[in-house]
Amino acid sequence: MDDLIVKVISKIIIPFMQVFGIFVIMHGHLSPGGGFAGGSILGASLILLTLAFGLKEAKRKMPHTISKIVETGAILLIVSLGLFGILSGYNFLTNGEAGFHLGRTGEIISAGFIPIATLAIGLKVGSTLITLFHTIIEED
Amino acid sequence: MIVFNVLLIVLLIVCAIAVERTKDLLSALIIFGAYSAIMALLWLLLNAPDIAMTEAAVGAGVTTILFVGVLSKTRRNED
Amino acid sequence: MKKLIFALLLCGLLFILIAGILEMPALGSIDNQSYNEVAHYYIDNSINDTNAPNMISAIMTDYRFFDTLGETIVLFTAITVVISVRIIAAGKSHYMKGDDIDG
Repeated sequence: MDDLIVKVISKIIIPFMQVFGIFVIMHGHLSPGGGFAGGSILGASLILLTLAFGLKEAKRKMPHTISKIVETGAILLIVSLGLFGILSGYNFLTNGEAGFHLGRTGEIISAGFIPIATLAIGLKVGSTLITLFHTIIEED
Repeated sequence: MIVFNVLLIVLLIVCAIAVERTKDLLSALIIFGAYSAIMALLWLLLNAPDIAMTEAAVGAGVTTILFVGVLSKTRRNED
Repeated sequence: MKKLIFALLLCGLLFILIAGILEMPALGSIDNQSYNEVAHYYIDNSINDTNAPNMISAIMTDYRFFDTLGETIVLFTAITVVISVRIIAAGKSHYMKGDDIDG
């Protein structure tokens, strides 16, 4: 894994992949895509980083502690979104009636908790993929 | 357009049979990645761009890499 | 004799299955039970309910969000299992070499 061409091309291509992944996640309620697609694009970019620069460099960029916190935090975020609905007197995971900002159709900040939920799902999927890959290729 | 669809589906079936027939596991994985790429194209032709995006990222990218990672820990040949 | 009874049983099973298939609605038929009013409700009301133009996203993360929460928990369980299996395997190899498991 010490190829100059792969390293240079990855250096150019990884930022574009990550920006595209974040675009797909943040526009999950406006355009095709959503949490799962964007999160897997983010995870694929981090896997490309690991393949090009080795496990040590990738662990320096994305340590296990951060991905652990992101993984558990995303699930807690989703469950707390649901509990917000219960606290305001509706069912678990109620969107509009529970007081989330619905906004105008077509804007980025609209549609209640859908952008927050897509963000949480995307972070969860991306961190799961990268943790799985690092765990599998780790030498024992 | 129909010709293109039929061609893609025939290629998909050929890939699916080839994955099962190949003895070398690394070649089977690469054919499986090609299967996922064709499947992503078919989803796109069926007007499902979000599924196509997920299939291209997960099926053709991540699954293949995870299988190769597991394969590097075990034997390369079947039986 | 045993074979004959077995063949008769299989023929009966085949008859029941074919009769069941003939009772089912045809593939893609408009009278299919799964094409009920839920799809029409989503198409008519999803923009007013959620203000999200992407209807698939509105279904996946609003109407059926409990389903997506289950999917996320499946991913979480998978990663937990992989990490625990790796920890057990590493502990076993340390044990084989005679090292301390904690170290």
